[in-house]
Amino acid sequence: MPSLPNPLPDAEAQCRQLADLIRPQLSKNPALVGIYSGGAWIAERLKELLGLADDIGLIDVSFYRDDFSEKGLHPQCRPTVIPFDVEGRHIILVDDVLYTGRTTRAAINELFDYGRPAAVELAVLADRGGRELPVAATYGIWDVPLGDGQNLVLERKDGAQLAWRLEHV
Amino acid sequence: MYNPQLNKDGDLTHLLSIEGLPQRILTQILDTAASFMEVSARDVKKVPLLRGKSVFNLFFENSTRTRTTFEIAAKRLSADVINLDINKSSTAKGETLLDTIDNLVAMHANLFVVRHASSGAPFLITEHLRRIGRDDVHVVNAGDGRHAHPTQGLLDMYTIRHYKKDFTQLRVAIVGDILHSRVARSDIHALTTLGVPEVRAIGPETLLPKHLDKLGVHVFHDMNEGLKDVDVIIMLRLQNERMNGALLPSAGEYFRHYGLTPQKLALAKPDAIVMHPGPMNRGVEIHSAVADGEQAVILPQVTFGIAVRMAVMSIVAGN
Repeated sequence: MPSLPNPLPDAEAQCRQLADLIRPQLSKNPALVGIYSGGAWIAERLKELLGLADDIGLIDVSFYRDDFSEKGLHPQCRPTVIPFDVEGRHIILVDDVLYTGRTTRAAINELFDYGRPAAVELAVLADRGGRELPVAATYGIWDVPLGDGQNLVLERKDGAQLAWRLEHV
Repeated sequence: MYNPQLNKDGDLTHLLSIEGLPQRILTQILDTAASFMEVSARDVKKVPLLRGKSVFNLFFENSTRTRTTFEIAAKRLSADVINLDINKSSTAKGETLLDTIDNLVAMHANLFVVRHASSGAPFLITEHLRRIGRDDVHVVNAGDGRHAHPTQGLLDMYTIRHYKKDFTQLRVAIVGDILHSRVARSDIHALTTLGVPEVRAIGPETLLPKHLDKLGVHVFHDMNEGLKDVDVIIMLRLQNERMNGALLPSAGEYFRHYGLTPQKLALAKPDAIVMHPGPMNRGVEIHSAVADGEQAVILPQVTFGIAVRMAVMSIVAGN
């Protein structure tokens, strides 16, 4: 099993690095869309760090997943909220961990039901490999190869601080 | 206890009745419906969940509103919808209910939405599907006889939660012909399961079932007493065919005692909401000034009904 840094990297510092990577794109007036739940927290951070005027969008991909026939509907789905016009907009999808790419695929599909964006980019804190679709992050901070039994979970602590936790499944 | 609606993991695979469903499942349906509300507000009012699936609307009894909202709900889930007006087809030629079902299963139906005048018809279909080894085909009850109308009950709960947020502090009154009402029965089970502390039934003795108190319901024959300080009023439709029997003297007499007028509404809490499953009989159970008034949430109920039916169909089809 690959060894991981101990302690795990500071997720808040990673958010600041991610904002630095996105900052040169601000002239394109990007709009952020966070994928529940980790991506939504990160997008909220990025909005503050980049001083964006638009509220962030939130996507729950439950209605667009490709494993509905095997797994059924996720018992806790939350409403997708896109508070701006997607048509012609430069969109940055935000997620915590990029893995198979299936969540990203679902999120892009859902986004297009709101309109035709000018461009869609993907920003993630962690990329754990294991892709099953031709998906890549436009902005990524941490390449972290994980074993099969490992799972990386972003948590929001009491003081709203973001932190990584390693899960053994 | 055996519940034909649940699979061995306790997940909902058919919706036949609210009775016997745990609070967890009712809440899951309401939460999922909240997500679907947002889909109906979009430009593209469709999600791909039931793409390639066939939903058969089997209406053995007429209903425009319920059938239409089920059809819209299924289409917004990307299912193919086939509407069968059974009165005019095979049954009229003598085919039995279960033969009709076998034929539709042979046409690769995935989900049946069933409205039937006989209580228990959807249950009979579910048991039949299990017997022939086709419990991958789902059944949703769209109203059976006097028994249940679970999606109406659920959309009523969605409406109450939307306006009142919390079930556990509410006083809810159901007014009218409770004896013949499958809506009332589903509402009572749902309200009780969701923790509403006080459910009231208001109506003439001839239109109230006996033993309502065994369901924890408080019975009132005087509307002025029953409406006092309630948060929610659910009016029921008075079916015209009840009028010519011995149950009721006349529509005018009924309206005088049990019609919801602005004066009677004033007895409820000032922020009370007025609900009605439709179709309304203005001047029989409800005064137009109330039906069109600020406290009426009768049209939002219809909109919520689509989201609730989307939630029910996508949950059962996924289990």
